[in-house]
Amino acid sequence: MMKEQWMEVVSNQPIALDTYEMTLHGELVSTMTQPGQFLHLKIGEGFSHMLRRPLSIADVDQDDQTVKIIYKVIGEGTKWLSQAKPGDQIHVLGPRGHGFPVEKVTGAHIYLIGGGVGVPPLYYLGKKLAERNRVTAVLGFQTMDAVFYEDKFQELGETMILTDDGSYGKRGLVTDVLEADMDLYYTCGPLGMLHAVTRKLKDVKGYVSLEERMGCGIGACFACVCKTTDPNDDRGYRKICKDGPVFPAKEVVLWQI
Amino acid sequence: MADLRVSLPGLDLKNPIMPASGCFGFGREFSEFYDLNQLGAIVIKAATGKARYGNPTPRVAETPSGMLNAIGLQNPGVDQIIETELPFLMSYDVPVVANVAGSTVEEYVEVTEKISRHPVVHAIELNISCPNVKEGGIQFGTDPKTAAYLTEKVKEVSDKPVYVKLSPNVTDIVEMAKAVADAGADGLSMINTLTGMRFDLHQKRPIIANETGGLSGPAIKPIALRMIYQVRQALDLPIIGMGGITSAEDAVEFLLAGANAVAIGTANFLDPYVCPKVIESLPETLERYGFSSIHECRLKGEGPHE
Repeated sequence: MMKEQWMEVVSNQPIALDTYEMTLHGELVSTMTQPGQFLHLKIGEGFSHMLRRPLSIADVDQDDQTVKIIYKVIGEGTKWLSQAKPGDQIHVLGPRGHGFPVEKVTGAHIYLIGGGVGVPPLYYLGKKLAERNRVTAVLGFQTMDAVFYEDKFQELGETMILTDDGSYGKRGLVTDVLEADMDLYYTCGPLGMLHAVTRKLKDVKGYVSLEERMGCGIGACFACVCKTTDPNDDRGYRKICKDGPVFPAKEVVLWQI
Repeated sequence: MADLRVSLPGLDLKNPIMPASGCFGFGREFSEFYDLNQLGAIVIKAATGKARYGNPTPRVAETPSGMLNAIGLQNPGVDQIIETELPFLMSYDVPVVANVAGSTVEEYVEVTEKISRHPVVHAIELNISCPNVKEGGIQFGTDPKTAAYLTEKVKEVSDKPVYVKLSPNVTDIVEMAKAVADAGADGLSMINTLTGMRFDLHQKRPIIANETGGLSGPAIKPIALRMIYQVRQALDLPIIGMGGITSAEDAVEFLLAGANAVAIGTANFLDPYVCPKVIESLPETLERYGFSSIHECRLKGEGPHE
């Protein structure tokens, strides 16, 4: 199976505060069938940037052979990415990792709970799930200018937007509006949010998608690991890039003091 | 076509290119990308006496033309490595170099004794230069007497040649090299990473949870070349050179500085195919610069400017 490709930038534009949506085209898209997996993007020319950037798949169009990723400009790497123009080539390794299990989910009421740039993978996931399930999205952002994809999620099901400062949607945290009236949840966002969500929904089956600074992105370097909750687990850890980034909520330790 | 073969203690290499320890796991992940039989050798991730989880995350940070890492020797322990990882590597016709680490002399000795007996292991790489653990690691690699003592003890129990992996975090690399050479080292492996830091401007603290990490990648290439060159002027011991190699040109540069073979580390993260790519372009690169073999390349590079 194809594992890498120089993909062509179709579009690359801001969709919210410091937040860009990039569309890439190439045959590699045919391998991107599982929501929650990520693309490992080469940054910069030659060997100027030695670490790739893992970015989750936000949407896939198999007919057009295009994939969308959404990223926030934070440092030099994402700044370089934001300057890519249509027609430019970007080297992509992937899709990597294990995503959200969706095949057997049917007839369920599912919550998609996202925070900030943790929202993107939930969109492709939601599209897959909405075919056979009832989907509710609860999306948290820092402020009004940071909100994106509200209309797209509304097409999938009921969508609630929250902002930290109350400048748009409800004021507060995603956990403020969560009730246990669901069969299943999937969540992706900052670690603090994941921790709060999994604690509030401790009696509900759920999956978390973790983010971490990665090295190789293929499971060889042990840069991105997390501990397992089961002290008798035979390894005691999981590799986020290879075993994850998606895990059953109860499998991994999200918070360590 | 240029002859790529290199013969070193314990290691008959079909070519001088091998992945560096810690950047290649135990080979499994990269075997999904290419046939590992193409490699000159495989240097596996450090083994310790018992399983180690390593440091908290974040464990890596990018730097200009390089990166910092502070994995902290995470590994399943020597027994588990022998049981589950080495059998996988038996299916390849590639010599394995086992990197050995520990917190105490006893731990280094125990791990070496166990792992050197395995038939797939052709040589030991004695890791006295890991900058990311509180005990052991680099403390064995910054004092010549301690390094020599450890080398001696490990040599006593090892069935296989021992290459001592030197730390660049020292004032006098030649003194370190001489000390382990006198203690019986069969070869040297150099250089490990340089201790460094980066800070997160948003969070206002070091990016790496361990605070400091080891710097690798092209950023350290000139330092590696200088140290290999200095040691080569003083010693005839075989040297496996490493530090920011990304291309066949880089590999030839290391051979000219005095290395007998080279290891590629960080570049594997950027391009998982980098090792086979370098191997493929090496004959053509050697020929372009007028060399017909690795050996010839080594000889040309040995003399200082007249």
